Amino acid sequence: MKFADFVVSGAIRADLAAQDKEGVIREMVQALMDAGQIEKDEFESIVKAILKREELGSTGIGRGVAVPHTKHPSVDRLVGNVAISGKGVDFDSLDGEKVHLFFLLISPPDRPGDHLRALENISRQLRDDTFCRFLKQSKTVEDIQQLLDEADNDQFGS
Amino acid sequence: MSHAKATRTVTVANPDGLHIRAASLIAKLTGQVPAKVQLVKGNRRVDATNVLQIVSLCALEGEQLLLEATGRDADAVLEALARLFENKFDENEVGASQPAKQRKQNPGETGRSEAASDGDPPPGR
Repeated sequence: MKFADFVVSGAIRADLAAQDKEGVIREMVQALMDAGQIEKDEFESIVKAILKREELGSTGIGRGVAVPHTKHPSVDRLVGNVAISGKGVDFDSLDGEKVHLFFLLISPPDRPGDHLRALENISRQLRDDTFCRFLKQSKTVEDIQQLLDEADNDQFGS
Repeated sequence: MSHAKATRTVTVANPDGLHIRAASLIAKLTGQVPAKVQLVKGNRRVDATNVLQIVSLCALEGEQLLLEATGRDADAVLEALARLFENKFDENEVGASQPAKQRKQNPGETGRSEAASDGDPPPGR
C-alpha cells in the first residue's frame, strides 16, 4: 500500500496549532471532515474512539512519530492524513519524546489488513532517516505531499 | 539459566494482526529481558524491541513468524512471547471497557516472571 492509497491530500496539515494530544486528534479529524471524508455528525464519535484507543497505550511509537487511529463504521475505506507540529506535542510516547509527525488513520471495522498495510508502509518509509527528517522539517503542505509522492515512487525506504 | 539460542514458531491468531498495540506489548516484554530477540517473517528479520520494525513486518492473522532469542533465559522469553501470541494480545478483551492500565500490564508481567525465573530483577530499559 502506498501513501496515495490512504492519505487524503486536502487534509494534510503542515503546522498544527494544537499543543496537546486531544487537540491534535481533533484538529486532524477536523481536517478530514473539511476535506469531505467524514460526516459532520460522526466527528465527535470518531474523536472519542481515537482517544479511547490512546488510553490502551499511546500510539506515539518513538522517533517523534505517532499514529493515532481507530476503526469506525462510518468509513467504507481506509482514510488518513499527515500533520506536522513544529513545536512538538507531548503524546505519552513510548520513548518519552515529543511528537512532531502524525499519521492519523480511520479504517472500516472489517478491514484490519488495510490498516496493517498502511502501518507497514508508514513504518517502512520512516526507517529511512532522510525521509523522516525531511518530513518533520516540512513547512508547507506542498512539501509534505511531494515527500509522500517521492516515497510512493520508492525514492526512500528499504 | 540458559545462554543458548532458542527459536520458536508462532502463528498470529488475533484478527487485527501485529498492529501497534500488539507490537508495543512485544517490545515492552523484550525490552525488559537480557536476551536479544528477533522476529522473522519470510526473509525479513527485525528487532523485537522496536515497535516500528515489528509493525513493518505487516504480519496478518494466520501468518507464521519465527521467534529467535539469544542470551540469558532465551527459552523463557520465547515462552512468554508465545503466550502473548496465543492469548491474541488480549485483543478480545480490549473491546470491553476494561481499565487501560490493567490491560497493558498483564502480559508484560507474565513475561517478566517467566524471563526472570532465576530470581534476577528485570533490567531497566
